Amino acid sequence: MFERGQEGGVELRLSRDERSMLAGLAAELRALLDGAPGDPSLRRLFPPAYDEADDERAYRDLMGSELLDGRRAALELVAETVDHDRLSAEEADSWLRALNDLRLVLGTRLDVQEDTFLEELPPDDPRAPALAVYGYLSWTQEQLIAALS
Amino acid sequence: MSTAAPVEVEAPREVEDFEHDRPWIVIVWNDPINLMSYVTLVLQKLFGYSKAKATQLMLQVHNEGKAVVSSGTREKAEHDVARLHAHGLWATMRQD
Repeated sequence: MFERGQEGGVELRLSRDERSMLAGLAAELRALLDGAPGDPSLRRLFPPAYDEADDERAYRDLMGSELLDGRRAALELVAETVDHDRLSAEEADSWLRALNDLRLVLGTRLDVQEDTFLEELPPDDPRAPALAVYGYLSWTQEQLIAALS
Repeated sequence: MSTAAPVEVEAPREVEDFEHDRPWIVIVWNDPINLMSYVTLVLQKLFGYSKAKATQLMLQVHNEGKAVVSSGTREKAEHDVARLHAHGLWATMRQD
């Protein structure tokens, strides 16, 4: 699905369904960041830097909007390039970060733990569809990392 | 009964200087979501570590729960933490 391309870029081989799903997920997270930045499922995107509250507040004031803008830009880039056949090194890096953010948010919602995938879920488990998406994103990210490494 | 010997008190300015000189360390914590391969790649990319060094740090995070990935002045540590946060890693900093 990702193959090493020229000059640090990657070749993108995704089905139409995969492209449309990724575009949808990126748009969904983008909307959440814009509309509900305090949503609890976003907490893993903005971990604290400091233990001390005053230091942490200063860090947030200094870096908060830059970190948020970087995340928005990466998701937007995925939406813009989702139909492309190749990604530049810079675009691939945005994809990598956006895929990771999608997994962090979905994984937080699903309360993913180290052993979540060790046991097979019963097919009627209500988390099954979302876990399938999470598994797909993990596999996709792993392929991209392999193409970039 | 004895009395305590007078204790020499360090001048506050020296204490401050000492505090100022202690380096800050950047810690990456284990989490169940970030892929091991991703953590390794991010450490290589951000700090220029070799694959072997980045893998060793990643395994320390995975097996021991955390690892110190960089250190330096407060400004440098804050810059490193922000770059790790931009990549979704769970990083914090404190004075060593």
